[in-house]
Amino acid sequence: MIKVNYIESDGTRREIEVEEGVNLMDAALDNMVPGIDGDCGGVCACATCHVHIDPAWVDKVGAMDANEDAMLELTDERNESSRLCCQLKASPQLDGLIMHTPEGQH
Amino acid sequence: MTETVVIIGGGQAGAQAAVSLRQEGFEGRVVLIGDEPVLPYQRPPLSKTFLAGELARERLFIKPAAYYRKVNIEQRLGETVKAIDSAQQVVALKSGQTLHYDHLILATGGRVRQLECPGAKHPQVHYLRTLADVEAMQNTFTAGARLVVIGGGYVGLETAAVAVQHGLNVTLLVARPTPLGRVTSPEVGRFFEDVHRQAGVTLCCNTGVQSIEEDGAAGKGVAVVTDSGYRVLADMVVVGIGLLPNVELAESAGVACDDGILVDQYGRSNIDNIYAAGDCANHPNPVYQRRLRLESVQNAVDQGKTVAATICGKDKPYAQVPWFWSDQYDLKLQTAGINSGYDQAVVRGDIASRSFAVFYLREGRLLAVDAVNRPAEFVVARNILSKDLGVSAERLRDESIPAKALADAPVPTVADALAIENTPVKGGQVSTPPGIEKMHQSADIKHERVA
Repeated sequence: MIKVNYIESDGTRREIEVEEGVNLMDAALDNMVPGIDGDCGGVCACATCHVHIDPAWVDKVGAMDANEDAMLELTDERNESSRLCCQLKASPQLDGLIMHTPEGQH
Repeated sequence: MTETVVIIGGGQAGAQAAVSLRQEGFEGRVVLIGDEPVLPYQRPPLSKTFLAGELARERLFIKPAAYYRKVNIEQRLGETVKAIDSAQQVVALKSGQTLHYDHLILATGGRVRQLECPGAKHPQVHYLRTLADVEAMQNTFTAGARLVVIGGGYVGLETAAVAVQHGLNVTLLVARPTPLGRVTSPEVGRFFEDVHRQAGVTLCCNTGVQSIEEDGAAGKGVAVVTDSGYRVLADMVVVGIGLLPNVELAESAGVACDDGILVDQYGRSNIDNIYAAGDCANHPNPVYQRRLRLESVQNAVDQGKTVAATICGKDKPYAQVPWFWSDQYDLKLQTAGINSGYDQAVVRGDIASRSFAVFYLREGRLLAVDAVNRPAEFVVARNILSKDLGVSAERLRDESIPAKALADAPVPTVADALAIENTPVKGGQVSTPPGIEKMHQSADIKHERVA
């Protein structure tokens, strides 16, 4: 199991154990993490699973593809740490990952 | 006194309304009634990854069971509402119970349009709307099986794509001159026609079905007889010829309906405390200045949010740009807007490259885009439509302009510049033509996004 953290805008922190390979939007929904909608079910079509990766983890998370990059333009408060967490899969190198969730999706 | 909201319909809109009620702070009782015996689930994957066997069943569910318990949403699954008494504010359930409501949300969705021809009730004729529908197909949906798909809409095309990739022998019968004829242009329709043919689907346009006959051992194979006289043999038939909104319950309670349950921008029907959301609802769309009934996740989600907000006394009118998506093979089709009534189709990119966008304009204003493997064009079109920004066909076509920049107003032409010079002075200031103002606006927006 891989441990990932979602920190809400009010500072509430949730550490969640995720099976390797599970995407981090499903992990958030399964564990009732607020602030993640995932309306399209994780196919990068809606941009409602926006998170900010903690600065210490940005490099480890790696680059996004052009599709995700384009879809992120629909989100509020996009910055260089923005990702759509349906496109991130739990893996050993992400053990301990910290993500910041927005107050709500656009 | 504690208020009760009863939601009829356990699909995407009903589930969203229930969730949003809690998110908006509703503290009363919420009862979600669904006629399918399963938790609310997502329908889009049914004809895509779930049909392909790539998505586990439990991944379909919108929220886990624990979520509904946690936020105290009561569920009545596998339950049907027989009648609504709007005077007494009571619904009667098939099980014999009655439920009082203070607010009633109709999220009754739709049912598949049935094929009406001799033999249409054959057990090998399937439809694809529910989880149970797909599960009923799974034993026959195997490599080597002969499949006839009737209908060239999203469901038909997606089913054909999954099937041919799984080694089924697929024939796709399309009644219109091109696939997706109801929702897109002939250009995009012909593109998908070519894509399916290249993938190995036998695709026949302008082809209706006359009858379905037994072929071989009873109950096993069938022959689909087309109106052009062909007999296509099949082990299984999947029909995707559209959806009918479920309005009968609403109508019998006196709720006004006309191609769906008529609601205002707040999701309210003509009867106090009765609302509707999702595929069954017909709303006034401010983007298009006319009524629309939409069958999409976006619409179900956003209308679910709207009715929840209305019930909670908040002012969140529904004013969304509609959007849709379809996954077929390596292609993601993303549509923003509704193209009906367009007078100009502007192609950006090379259709043959399988990455292009078609922008639909009417009198120079953007109505919609179909973006194939072009998410940036989809995104920019949503921005243009929601802010009602100007576009020019030349710029949309010009690939040297990045997609993101298409939301900027066109650079003023010489004629525009002359118009500025000739604009009469009002109150000591030169008034700015609308195009110039828009350019400033979009420059600001860009700046915010970068920041």
